Amino acid sequence: MTRRLMEGSEAMAEAAIAAGCRFFAGYPMTPFTELLEHFAKRLPEVGGVCVNAESELEAVGMCWGALSTGARAATGSTGQGLSLMQESFAEAALAGLPMVIFNMARGQSDYFQATRGGGHGDYRHIVLAPMDVVEAVELTQLAFHLADKWRNPVLVYGDFLIAHTYAAVDVEPIGFEPLPPKDWALRGTTSATGRAKIVTPLGIGKVHDVGPGIEAHFQAVGPHNDQIAAVEQRYESGFLDDAEHVVVAFGSAAKFVRNVVDDLRADGARVGYVRPITLWPFPYAAVHAAAAADGVRGVLVFENSAGQLIDDVRIAVEGAAPVTGIGGVSTDSSGFGVGDLYDVDVIRARVEAGMGDAAEAWPEGRGAGAESTRSVGAESTRNVGDAAEPWPEGRGAGAESTPNLGGVRR
Amino acid sequence: MSTDQRPVVATDAPPVEPAHEIGVRRPPLMMSDFSSFCPGCGEPIAARALLENLVELDVAERTIAVLGIGCYTGFSAAFDLETVQALHGRAPSVATGVKRMEPDTVVVALQGDGDMVNEGLQEVLHTAARGEPVTAILLNNGVFGETGGHMTATSVLGQRTKNSLDGRDASYHGYPIRIADLLAQLDGVAYAARGSVHSAGAAAKTKKMVRRALEAQLERRGFSFVEILTMCPTGWFIGAPEGADYMDDTLGRVHTMGELKGA
Repeated sequence: MTRRLMEGSEAMAEAAIAAGCRFFAGYPMTPFTELLEHFAKRLPEVGGVCVNAESELEAVGMCWGALSTGARAATGSTGQGLSLMQESFAEAALAGLPMVIFNMARGQSDYFQATRGGGHGDYRHIVLAPMDVVEAVELTQLAFHLADKWRNPVLVYGDFLIAHTYAAVDVEPIGFEPLPPKDWALRGTTSATGRAKIVTPLGIGKVHDVGPGIEAHFQAVGPHNDQIAAVEQRYESGFLDDAEHVVVAFGSAAKFVRNVVDDLRADGARVGYVRPITLWPFPYAAVHAAAAADGVRGVLVFENSAGQLIDDVRIAVEGAAPVTGIGGVSTDSSGFGVGDLYDVDVIRARVEAGMGDAAEAWPEGRGAGAESTRSVGAESTRNVGDAAEPWPEGRGAGAESTPNLGGVRR
Repeated sequence: MSTDQRPVVATDAPPVEPAHEIGVRRPPLMMSDFSSFCPGCGEPIAARALLENLVELDVAERTIAVLGIGCYTGFSAAFDLETVQALHGRAPSVATGVKRMEPDTVVVALQGDGDMVNEGLQEVLHTAARGEPVTAILLNNGVFGETGGHMTATSVLGQRTKNSLDGRDASYHGYPIRIADLLAQLDGVAYAARGSVHSAGAAAKTKKMVRRALEAQLERRGFSFVEILTMCPTGWFIGAPEGADYMDDTLGRVHTMGELKGA
């Protein structure tokens, strides 16, 4: 296939189809709508099905049914629509359903929703956050692979910019490691055989294979999540050598940040960045290592919200350096797109101001106005760096072994 | 075991053994004699109507069941049918996804009145309107049985439940929904009927309704639906032997039996 100019939504739909997605159900909602349009147009052409679901609740239910048959299937919406689907995400994780979910987020940040979820229990879903259309094509395909690999929902976190930006992309199927056959999937063939199969979130099987039971089923969720977290952390970083300040950002905001850091470096500023690609599992060890490196004086978090990503950054940094939020809420007049904050000059000014604030806030004090109150409380965190093993085995293991998907580590 | 070999179970006195151990005659595709259903429950009779029809139509080995959440969720372990356990209210959408990807299977969704008519009313309406060739079976006992007898959208006026202690009052609780009548109006519906299991005759008629519903699916004529009134003496706060008459006098007068479309 040759490179073709495509809108991000179309590119993501094509990437899903290239990955074998044959079922989609969704409900129109800006800026997710074009993704639905492309699935509606293209899936029938490849022998698949796209149902114009009458609500988000029904869309996720239809996806649940399609997944039960072993098909690769997806649903999606904006963060608002995904709010309606949270019960199903939590239970799909318990049912081991490899659901792929697209969030074409509006102007607000859905970081909390994506990484903490609004569902119940200990479930987690993998969250992949592309920074642009090209990476969205890659991560969309990875999402289907990881969903099947772990039998766990995977959320692809896009946004207005990715949905509506045209880019020249080449949507080639990516060859991933082979996966085991879906011997759990239902096609009716074991009915009336005395060993009929069941797909259920309840941990209760059939009388001939009673399943783990609810308590054991719930207890297995944590270890399952730990396994994923140990090997699936992905991030990109740059300019960390001799950096005094580290900027953390994800998604399309991070693409702006990369350019800002690149420009600042060219002007001699000692600043680098870390861009989490998996928001869950969050690359805690990588962010910690960046923050705890010799000479680092502060960590700056740029995000389009009042402060959501910053929670995970603080967990990662564990007081090794002050953490300052330099983002804010910025939407266009519709609330669907992003606002004035998404501008290289504006972000550069914030990074520079943050570098100044962070220098003042550490180690002297923390009373320097609104911005610096976001710094981690000095008392509670200052000594954490002395701990022998700040990251227990399982969670930190991703740091070294993580495939560097972005490929731009500098 | 033929009918004349079965032990006669006395019903003029309380049982001396747990109900599930008396007069066991396991229908086809039911893998366990054990059930967690209360004495006098109508749901196993309704399940029998489904299972016997699947065998008689010779489609059991390509059937996928989609179960909602309620007392009947216990069937998920016992049915020798591939089963997708849906969330409360969502079975019609789940059935849609299954049928769209595996159109040669026979897809049967089983829900209670709380599941279908309360939690997921829009799901069954939309699935019916889309004419999805699946069969939806409603076990309607007019209460949330699993939570212990609470008002549902099908509870009849005057019905006492744990959250309508003085009886369902239209001015306060609103009116019951006759879901089969509602569905029968939709163009995507090939067959709609309401049966009951409160007597042998009613159960026999109901079994025929389920057969016609399944035939509508096999002929790809559209969505098919059978509402089955089932006794819930526990949720109605009456003795098990009173269940049948109570149902005839209360739910049965509002949710009247009959074929409403596609007969």
